[in-house]
Amino acid sequence: MKVSMTVNGIPANAEIDPRTLLVQFLRENLSLTGTHVGCDTSQCGACTVIVNGNAVKSCSALAAQFQDAQVTTIEGIAGPGGELHPMQAAFKECHGLQCGFCTTGMIMCAIDIAKHHPNASEREIREQLKGNMCRCTGYHNIVKAVQAGAANMSGG
Amino acid sequence: MNAPSEHETGIGASVRRKEDYRFVTGSGKYTDDVQIPGQTYAYFLRSPHAHATIRSIDTSAARSAPGVIAVLTGDDLAADKVGGVPCGWLITDVNGQPMKEPPHPALAQGKVRHVGDQVALIVAATYLQAKDAAELIEVDYDALPAVADARDALKSGAPVVHDIAHDNKCYTWALGDKAAVDATFARAHHVTRIELINNRLVPNAIEPRAALAQYNRGDDSYTLYVANQNPHVERLLLTAFVLGLPEHKMRVIAPDVGGGFGSKIFLYAEDVVLAWASKKLNRPVKWTAERSESFLTDAHGRDHATVAEMAVGADGKFLAMRVHTVANLGAYLSTFSTSVPTILYATLLAGQYSTPHIYAEIDGVFTNTTPVDAYRGAGRPEAAYVVERLVSTVAREMNIDDVELRRRNFITSFPYQTPVALQYDIGDFNACLDGAVELADVAGFPARREEAKRRGKLRGLGFSTYIEACGLAPSNIAGALGARAGLYEVGEIRVHPTGSVTVFTGSHSHGQGHETTFAQIVSARLGIPFEQVDIVHGDTGRVPFGMGTYGSRSLAVGGSAIVKALDKIEAKGKRIAAHLLEASASDIEFKDGKFTIIGTDRSVPFAQIALAAYVPHNYPLDKLEPGLNETAFYDPTNFTFPAGAHICEVEVDPETGAVEVAAMTAVDDFGNIINPMIVEGQVHGGLAQGIGQALLENCVYDKSTAQLLSGSYMDYAMPRAEDLPNFKVGSRVTPCTHNPLGAKGCGEAGAIGSPPAVINAVINALSPLGVTHLDMPASPERVWNAIQSARQSAQPSANPAP
Ligand code: FES
Ligand code: FES
Repeated sequence: MKVSMTVNGIPANAEIDPRTLLVQFLRENLSLTGTHVGCDTSQCGACTVIVNGNAVKSCSALAAQFQDAQVTTIEGIAGPGGELHPMQAAFKECHGLQCGFCTTGMIMCAIDIAKHHPNASEREIREQLKGNMCRCTGYHNIVKAVQAGAANMSGG
Repeated sequence: MNAPSEHETGIGASVRRKEDYRFVTGSGKYTDDVQIPGQTYAYFLRSPHAHATIRSIDTSAARSAPGVIAVLTGDDLAADKVGGVPCGWLITDVNGQPMKEPPHPALAQGKVRHVGDQVALIVAATYLQAKDAAELIEVDYDALPAVADARDALKSGAPVVHDIAHDNKCYTWALGDKAAVDATFARAHHVTRIELINNRLVPNAIEPRAALAQYNRGDDSYTLYVANQNPHVERLLLTAFVLGLPEHKMRVIAPDVGGGFGSKIFLYAEDVVLAWASKKLNRPVKWTAERSESFLTDAHGRDHATVAEMAVGADGKFLAMRVHTVANLGAYLSTFSTSVPTILYATLLAGQYSTPHIYAEIDGVFTNTTPVDAYRGAGRPEAAYVVERLVSTVAREMNIDDVELRRRNFITSFPYQTPVALQYDIGDFNACLDGAVELADVAGFPARREEAKRRGKLRGLGFSTYIEACGLAPSNIAGALGARAGLYEVGEIRVHPTGSVTVFTGSHSHGQGHETTFAQIVSARLGIPFEQVDIVHGDTGRVPFGMGTYGSRSLAVGGSAIVKALDKIEAKGKRIAAHLLEASASDIEFKDGKFTIIGTDRSVPFAQIALAAYVPHNYPLDKLEPGLNETAFYDPTNFTFPAGAHICEVEVDPETGAVEVAAMTAVDDFGNIINPMIVEGQVHGGLAQGIGQALLENCVYDKSTAQLLSGSYMDYAMPRAEDLPNFKVGSRVTPCTHNPLGAKGCGEAGAIGSPPAVINAVINALSPLGVTHLDMPASPERVWNAIQSARQSAQPSANPAP
């Protein structure tokens, strides 16, 4: 079947097996490999992208469900000259990552948190992060990064 | 942490990581991100039985399914004479016999021995086609009785996992002076005895294992991309020991790797099958584990059942310690599995204490479970858990303060030879404990406990002081202990003509930040900008033969190799400078990026020396070779001994059994620290895994069928942000005495020190109710049950019958 959507501002069309998940479409058809797969039960959040303004686990939805949707992946949030998005910069600054594998999904989730709960407390951030797993950092610095990134996002 | 350096990229500065730009922008390249034109997709058909004879495998329907390129089985593998997966460490039994080493065919032959054992490989044009075709394979199994628990496997009449080991024992191994220990116990003032389980864990790096094998017919060579922690070892095992190839015919690339924690050290059966299939089919073959497959096939960690005793004098001095451990090795011997419960465990049982006599005996046991191997800390967490649970139990039984008892028994003079083979070069155990006591505000604990009581909560404080042996080495000792590999590291420094530098290291970064830490060392030493140093790792096609990253060895061993190569660069630079300045090399000093004639202001900057090295006009070419590349191998003279003190404060809800970590404090001595930010991050990650083990994580098999019950993130409780506190982390420094960086290693510390601290805290909270023992994980159910049964058994004495 055919599917078309806008990914990071660019129209994307492809002929796909109807079983294709959104994450497979992004990774395999579009070679946008920044979105990762860490599980098969929709628990880890490594695959988080933003669809029509909301964070979505791209491993648990079929690409076909997103006809005409606006999808933003980790590859689509930095500035045109490669300047980091404030949340990306905050993760780097706060050492909110180690192996980097959970990081792209974590950042997409963090942007969503910052948008919907701009003044979240540490406790609230920890709650909001419950759909995303990191095995490396122990979350301590991720929480700091989300706080710092949210502050920078609202600051402009 | 260390005082910040005045140079913002210098040694001791928390330089932000070089590698992060690519990771935060999604431009990292993990194995599954690699795409090779014409690549095909592999799916492994796996055994649903824990133990069964394979009567027949019918692959005909699968072979003709859409998109299928090949279906291969153990018979095909055997016909091509592909060897089994080898074990890298030979353990010698107490009676001098070599351990039992059963074959581990890469695709099952005749029998399957654990759920997930691989039975057939399906290669197709797409992953979904391969997976669909697997459903069409008919395997006729004859199910056999299975055993999951190692203690059950030792009972007579237990199912036999391998014909060559009818008692299911791979080995019984011992360390220490048994007679001296027994004699000391016989005259001890007090004996404390505990029985405990170190629960089985699944490493769960968030990146699942993956491999992509490509055979190149043009030059009869292979390229293997694989999520792996030590590409050269992977290549050596795969080529020389399994496929029978000269190793230069294979290039192993471990690109960005999404966490390892031990689980990606080993040569896995999948890698063997994929490499073999890529040649057989002359197509690139890619496999990426699904998470449920990772649960079944990534080597698991821990799984010890231990009885431990401590003989104590009236003054609280430890006199002797006796330990018996049954270690589950799983169905096959994974690469390092045999060394973990022996060499890496029993040698650490002295802990930080001057116990004069120690005897440990270990049974390594086969069961019908996934192979068990090194997981973050590998043996050291198991040792620290035994020692620190024992010490806190002694403290309680003898009514001596936890901190005081530890202080009374600390080793205070170094070097110190333990009764279990190691020689600690240096340490200051009181300094770490004092630091932790202060940072955790132990003095304020009674008030916090009272306050919690008013809210109906039980608050507990738990201590642990650990030591570990890192920087796995030296080669000759490792060899004497049965290692089938050397344990040095390599560093190659290539100085380019304009003075920028590329460093090739044999260690491998999968989150540890080597690209930053190593660049800090090189830029500080050569006096060149941090940005002008790049680090290359993880590619046997580019890096000289190194041993990879595990056991916190990267900085102490890998970093030291780089320092040795830098020494050579400096020495040669002096000779070039001497030529340019018309002086003698012995009159040249190198400082702040300049070669200077001592006592003069005549100098040449490093970049100019580099250029001269590659533009050797006017060179005395008979005396001075052009170029400025140097390689060094570093084989240490001893392990390094990071140590520390961890203090955990928990709050237990007696109504639900829920345990909340109210505070977690870690003060560690890692020797000299290059990048405090990175070190703290490593500690955080380790603490999370240790707290996870203590409170949440548990890999559970059905006892009678050996089916894996915790086979996904739905039923294996991974720590999430909500489950963990903020951490209080501090450090004390006693530099390692025998490597040039004075570094010891930090990656495993958190996972070693925290589990006993957490469990000691839970027991401390519950001991007013009479609970004296609890096994990990201290889940709400277990804690609640412990509270209930303590209350029940307390009742008769509280209300004596009339
Ligand atoms: S891959 Fe989507 S939640 Fe794990
Ligand atoms: S940084 Fe490795 S999983 Fe989060």
